Amino acid sequence: MEPRVAILGVGAVPAQPATPGVSYKEMMFQAAQRAYADAGIEFNEVESFVTCAEDLNEGLSIFDEYTPDQLGAVQKPMHTLTQDGLHGIADAVMQIRSGLVETVVVEAHSKYSNILTPDWILDYAVDPLWNRPLGFSAHALAGLEMNAFLHDTGITADEVGHVAAKNRTNALRNPLAAYPSRTVPEDVGRSSYAFYPIREIEWARPADGCVVLVLGSEDRTRGTRSQPVWVRGVGFANDSPTVESRDWVRAEYARISARMAYRQAGIRQPEREIHLFEVDDTYAYKELQHLVALGLYPRPGEAGRAAASGATKPNGETPVNVSGGSLGGGMTLEAAGLYRVAELVAQLRGQAGPRQLSRVKTALAQSWRGVPTTSGAVVILSSE
Amino acid sequence: MTRMRRVAVVGAGMTKFVRRALETPKELAWLATKAALDSAAMTLDQIGCVVHGTAPDAFDGLHMKGEYLSDGSGGWKKPYLRCYVGGGTGVYAIAQGWFHVASGLFDTAIVVCEEKMSSCQPHPQAAFLTIFDNFTEQALKPNLLWIFALEQNRYMATYGITNEEIARVSVKNKRNALGHPAAQLGAELTVKEVLNSEIMAWPVHRLMVSPTSDGAAAVILAAEDIAKKVTDKPVWIQGVGWCLDTTYWTNRDLCYPEYVEKAAWMAYKMAGIREPRKEINIAEPYDPFAYKELHHLEGLQLAPKGQAPKLLADGVFDRDGDLPVTPSGGLLGVGNPIAAAGTMKICELFWQLRGEAGQRQVPGKPERGVAQAWGDLMQVGTVVVMGTKPV
Repeated sequence: MEPRVAILGVGAVPAQPATPGVSYKEMMFQAAQRAYADAGIEFNEVESFVTCAEDLNEGLSIFDEYTPDQLGAVQKPMHTLTQDGLHGIADAVMQIRSGLVETVVVEAHSKYSNILTPDWILDYAVDPLWNRPLGFSAHALAGLEMNAFLHDTGITADEVGHVAAKNRTNALRNPLAAYPSRTVPEDVGRSSYAFYPIREIEWARPADGCVVLVLGSEDRTRGTRSQPVWVRGVGFANDSPTVESRDWVRAEYARISARMAYRQAGIRQPEREIHLFEVDDTYAYKELQHLVALGLYPRPGEAGRAAASGATKPNGETPVNVSGGSLGGGMTLEAAGLYRVAELVAQLRGQAGPRQLSRVKTALAQSWRGVPTTSGAVVILSSE
Repeated sequence: MTRMRRVAVVGAGMTKFVRRALETPKELAWLATKAALDSAAMTLDQIGCVVHGTAPDAFDGLHMKGEYLSDGSGGWKKPYLRCYVGGGTGVYAIAQGWFHVASGLFDTAIVVCEEKMSSCQPHPQAAFLTIFDNFTEQALKPNLLWIFALEQNRYMATYGITNEEIARVSVKNKRNALGHPAAQLGAELTVKEVLNSEIMAWPVHRLMVSPTSDGAAAVILAAEDIAKKVTDKPVWIQGVGWCLDTTYWTNRDLCYPEYVEKAAWMAYKMAGIREPRKEINIAEPYDPFAYKELHHLEGLQLAPKGQAPKLLADGVFDRDGDLPVTPSGGLLGVGNPIAAAGTMKICELFWQLRGEAGQRQVPGKPERGVAQAWGDLMQVGTVVVMGTKPV
């Protein structure tokens, strides 16, 4: 992808189940300070800012009103996307590649603990005419989809259980994760059903958190103190928002996003050319569905066998969600994708401490915006 | 740096702006999308990505409204992004679409903006309470009329402007809107009638306020090689700019919109404009309230500070004046479905610069126009410069 764009700095505050001591503005300020220090820049060197947020989750209409001050963005180009942080990265890459600006900041956060009635709010995301009157929880859509996915691919519920155990255990080594726990697949079977066939333990619990990234053009990387990580490809797509007309087995949004990102990065064999995957696992089966959509398993059933055999563990041949993912790290709304990117940057820089994998040169992050959406994005990063 | 990739507008379409549409938000978005596609004789298969713009989710009564509207806007199995800067969204979305294409990631994009305010019962003004700070402002139960009354007052007091001078904006724009087939509130009025209308929050009278509306508007953007194949009259995006000021609007001097000035210079610099007053032929500034048009013309550097009312009285901003301003009829006349209203201004420049604006056509073959929108807590300026020639 020319001209080249790099991530110059990352700042993240650890995800936590609740953060009564800080406001969302203070979390943003902390993450921004860390990101600017990591990138070796001052806030006033940033030319454009992107935040990712949804009004109803924030409890404010026109939420972008409340974003500039704590990032140092007053009287600067700044806008909000109501999408995942990975969409924000795609946005920043396009701004830089257009030649308009050279340095862009991307921010996303979750202050989920402030939301008093999350299920009621989520109900407002369901189609108001055809679906909302039926009075079901949007999470039930995930249960229905998991059923369709297992039925079509032959993957078993036990194999999905391995994903939940792996990710929650991986999180033990990640200081940014909110829900680490030593979990074995047998624990999953003892967990009660949340939305059949999804068990409580296979459903990511919400957390608060914030991540800020600094992106820059290739010229901008020269002479900085930071250790740049290159953005090789970005992709984003939506399938149908209408539940009656979407694909229930294949994650089309992830497949189309990945195809776009692979084309930019010149990747033909993702299973060989990409060394680490951080993919959405809001529900455990989603990790497998997304890996299939990313083209890792020509026969989808292999995704389940790979999880059960340990091939996607940190020491396996295709490490997936070494950070602990959302199951171990917490579901952080629009920041979910950026926590995955924070992990990739740490791994690619060799700064992942006890989680550090050997020989990681190219890595992929993928996001999904949760029920009832079919919105997703993919970012491919490389240390070279 | 290498030259930026050239991007043109090749199609535009909009729905009628009405008080209470029978269509769902999705249907409104689709009607505008289809109208834009038809105007360029293109199909959805030829569109690389969809950029959607819509203001608060509270209006349509939807959470994740962008996701709900995605297929209505043509964003089905396609790259889709919803961008957002409050009332400034309708013009900002064009900047967003511009860099989608200018980046080289896409060759074509459709930008669709939609708003359905009538879903909010009994009146969408209630939803606006939630744009204010939870701790310091909401407890005071402010509404938009009050804060704009504050700003208009400050503007009038600083420069010695009278309400008669401001009422002329309503007269001009509502008259211009009589020629717009999609207009909601075109009217032939006198200054006296405007000033005799009910006082909403002094000095704002009812006829100085744009209506609440339902509607959608869309434009198609294409890279140079495709634009030239699609049409022999592409309208080029010459400059884009946007700027967000501090959240703490109470700490700002409301007499002059600095954020609009910064956004304007960002766009002018890109367009190679040094003397905006001489180099721009048409302006479509944001006019949700009558005084805002004048305020924004000053921010856009098209009138000296405090002087816009005099130029208006002299007829400079009439459709056949030296600098036609809001020939569409603007938000005061055509209507104000928030994000769609900004994109309506882009549609107007597209039609005016192609000489297709019918009875609204400004004389003299205009070559360059500027559209501007504004929003948030009197906080954001978004500017797009378009012209018949690429820069």
